[in-house]
Amino acid sequence: MSQAMDVMNIALIIAFAAVALAQVLSMVRLVMGPSVGDRILALDTMVINAIGLIVLMGISQGSTIYFEVSLIIAMLGFVSTVAFARFIMRGDIIE
Amino acid sequence: MSWDIIGIYATSAALIIGAIFAMVGAIGLIKFNDPMVRMHAPTKVGTVGIGALLAAAIIYNSVIGDGAIHAILIMAFLFVTAPISANFIAKVNIHRRNCDTLPAPEGDETWSTLNVSEADRAIAPQKDGAA
Repeated sequence: MSQAMDVMNIALIIAFAAVALAQVLSMVRLVMGPSVGDRILALDTMVINAIGLIVLMGISQGSTIYFEVSLIIAMLGFVSTVAFARFIMRGDIIE
Repeated sequence: MSWDIIGIYATSAALIIGAIFAMVGAIGLIKFNDPMVRMHAPTKVGTVGIGALLAAAIIYNSVIGDGAIHAILIMAFLFVTAPISANFIAKVNIHRRNCDTLPAPEGDETWSTLNVSEADRAIAPQKDGAA
């Protein structure tokens, strides 16, 4: 059991590093994105990566309280992406 | 080899798969050089990446704790909303003429989703004569 836990801890560290690197790369696209659609896409990717980071934190702490947090962040991310896109398309969010 | 050890190893495998897919999506977001092509890569983060990470969380919590089936809710929500937000971003790209649009139709007709009225046609954004 302890050897398996060692393997899982190494996998957790690798997953934390990879998802944090993905977050940084999408932030680079958010800063340098030539068009508005790229920036909206980068923000959407950053929200999804943040959900992944929160799930990883829940695994590393052995807690299930973070699932509610990530569900709320998923809902807010979807609503904000739709609001950004509608604002670019229509010039208004709720007509 | 008991079920606990198999579950922990399955958790490790799911963690590695999810992390690889998240990073591949971000690298694709950086490397592709067309706005419509760029929308292809991050969809993998939303489905396989987060799906594998949540599967790892479910397996780990069912091994050490008393299960966490409600994490499937997050997965279902992401699977439902990912195509909708991708569709909206594609409509933004079409609206801003960042991608190749359709050639001009014959006569007075315009493309139905980009119906520029007759009075505004002179000031509408055009991309190298395509519209």
